[in-house]
Amino acid sequence: MTFSLKGITSWALEYIVTIIFVLFVLFGFLVSRDISMNFFLNELNGRIFRNTFLVLSLIIPVMAGLGLNFGIVIGAMSGQAAIAIARYHELGGVSGMLFCFVVSFFFAALCGYFTGKLYNRTRGQEMIAGLIVGYFANGIYQFLFLFAVGGIIKVPATHPMIIPSGVGIRMTVDLVPAERGGLKYVLDNIYQVPFVYALLAISLAVLATLIIGYCVNRRRGQGYKNRPMSFGFNVLMCVTAAGIAVHAIAAKSNLMKLRPVPVVTGLLIIALCVFTELIMKTKLGQDFRAVGQNRHVAEVSGIDVDRTRIIATMISTVLAAWGQLIFLQNMGTLSTYSAHTQIGLFSVAALLVGGASASRASIKNAVFGAILFNAMFIMSPEIGQSLFGQAVLGEYFRTFLAYGVIGVALGLHVWKANNRN
Amino acid sequence: MKAVFGGLGVPTLMIGAFWAATLITAPFVGISVQTLLSDTIRRAGMNGVLVLAMVPAIQSGTGPNFALPLGIVCGLFALVCSIELNLTGISWLFGSILFSIPLAAAAGYVYGKLLNAVKGSEMVIATYTGFSVTALMSLAWFAVPFKNPKMGWFIGRGLRETIQLDVVGGAQILNNFLMFKVGDVIIPTGMLLVFCFLSALVSLFFRSKTGIAISAGGINPRFARAAGLDVDRNRIWANILSNILGAIGIIIYSQSFGYAQLYSAPLMMAFSAVAAVLIGGATASRANVLNVVIGVILFQGLLTTALPVANEIFKGTDLSEIMRVIVQYGIILYALTQVKRED
Repeated sequence: MTFSLKGITSWALEYIVTIIFVLFVLFGFLVSRDISMNFFLNELNGRIFRNTFLVLSLIIPVMAGLGLNFGIVIGAMSGQAAIAIARYHELGGVSGMLFCFVVSFFFAALCGYFTGKLYNRTRGQEMIAGLIVGYFANGIYQFLFLFAVGGIIKVPATHPMIIPSGVGIRMTVDLVPAERGGLKYVLDNIYQVPFVYALLAISLAVLATLIIGYCVNRRRGQGYKNRPMSFGFNVLMCVTAAGIAVHAIAAKSNLMKLRPVPVVTGLLIIALCVFTELIMKTKLGQDFRAVGQNRHVAEVSGIDVDRTRIIATMISTVLAAWGQLIFLQNMGTLSTYSAHTQIGLFSVAALLVGGASASRASIKNAVFGAILFNAMFIMSPEIGQSLFGQAVLGEYFRTFLAYGVIGVALGLHVWKANNRN
Repeated sequence: MKAVFGGLGVPTLMIGAFWAATLITAPFVGISVQTLLSDTIRRAGMNGVLVLAMVPAIQSGTGPNFALPLGIVCGLFALVCSIELNLTGISWLFGSILFSIPLAAAAGYVYGKLLNAVKGSEMVIATYTGFSVTALMSLAWFAVPFKNPKMGWFIGRGLRETIQLDVVGGAQILNNFLMFKVGDVIIPTGMLLVFCFLSALVSLFFRSKTGIAISAGGINPRFARAAGLDVDRNRIWANILSNILGAIGIIIYSQSFGYAQLYSAPLMMAFSAVAAVLIGGATASRANVLNVVIGVILFQGLLTTALPVANEIFKGTDLSEIMRVIVQYGIILYALTQVKRED
């Protein structure tokens, strides 16, 4: 392994967005003295379980060469439609949530099919098409929720979800706690464990996977796949995390007071990681990869390119719908006309912050990105507060960062691709 | 028949027919057609220059200028600078336009350079350039050390979200110039004259040598390059022009509106301008001044008439806003599906 200035520069350019974010969060800790580690971890803990599923839903379209699927807002709307139906009929609890998962699956698959059709007609411009189709679908969503409900489909004006005039669904719909037959925290509250135990379990599990992977590669004579540097670093990180957890348990430190971890939500996220990893090993996954790398070669080798792209879009849309269900049950209220609008922006920005690009994304990028982006989100107002005495300045700044990240990452990606040709 | 309608596409005719239908319905639900026409003319003039900004960008081959907010914030910045310098009335207007031109030209130059680096994905990158700049300027509006009490909050710092222009004598200053009435229809002569003047200027520019070179580069960059044209430089020129028009456009918009809107207001403004020029019959790669005029009248006409008519027929709902969203983004999607693929 050689370290050259050129090598470091190109590495830094590759991960410029990630580096800026890490520095920003560290800077935040430096300047804001009144932010405690506990506050930070607590906030982060709550947010990650809410968002990661949505960020993960972006990976498959990237692999299939569709770029960043800004159209996931349509998935989010499908999820919200399912929740609205469930709340209207006062379905709740785990069975109510299952109902939402099933119903939103059909909505999202249908919407994803049409989005995929659209992407096939706008090849090379999928990202702008995805952005615009999200806005367009929002118009249809508003038509359905503000006008068709009550205007076309008759509903009783006395229903708590309906605007008193009898037409349209209210701006905010309470999801009602799970104990009272609602959907609030329905997944999160099934089973919870203290933060440090979860940290210990996860770090040990990751450590075990790392070591098993390392040994399997050697046993199969594929030792060249192992990279000792990154392996050593990862093992060190896992051991440190486990060490911190053990210390916290033994010393009963402040970390014990953190908000508990929602196990089922976490398991769903892990299941999606496994699913994404497994699907790439199937015939379909290989088709995704082939189409993503070179459409013409894929076409010649007998892959139905258009169909493969539609399937990728459908999977992404369905996953986004489920991700929005997880998001909403954690929020506890449905902001009918605004909950979905920022989903595309924040999820895409998070994925890019994790080191992904428009043509390359992995689970690592998504998970790391979700953590880092949320860390920035927490720190930004704190930095504004402690540097300028104005938290609102930090809020403007984080909006700028979200848009800027996408602009810079996409710009660099296209610029590099153009230079290669 | 074909001679008249041959140049217009299906979307244009559909929107036109829809607008005509709402206009005909209006008297039956008790709305004055003359008021509707006044509003249409005013709003068309108000948005006209912003839509005109699409022409150079589309002609040069960079696609519709989705980064219109970049030009807009340049114009707004010039506008608040003029207020800070205590300019009022006509000198405020000329001061704003004068300041905005070099600012927008410089920003347009950098933006043009950027677009040349990202050929093939101009539209999505332009969109995020516009979004980023709007968000960045929110910080700037908050942080600029301007002292004029006409723009600041009574307590705290930063500029207000909406700045009233009547306090500097700027509200409707162009609209009221030589304004007259035909029956009850108000004609804001000054504003229309400025719009016509700028349209003529753009139209003439595209008949000049530089203008034709820009169009040629947009139609077929390889051929243009083989003919010895500097396509990249022409794209930069076109985007400088587009950016300047965006800056002037928002000043004209603000004076007619009576308020200058800062912070997140410019965020989505590009999309309505893009939709208008597309409704006028432009495509993502070809546009002319006639498309702008037809498009802005049809689109703004539809919005102004449909609003009261829809509210009258479907009481208590906001159907017209929903319709705006569907029409606006629907037409952009339609145009995107018509983009020719190079591969």
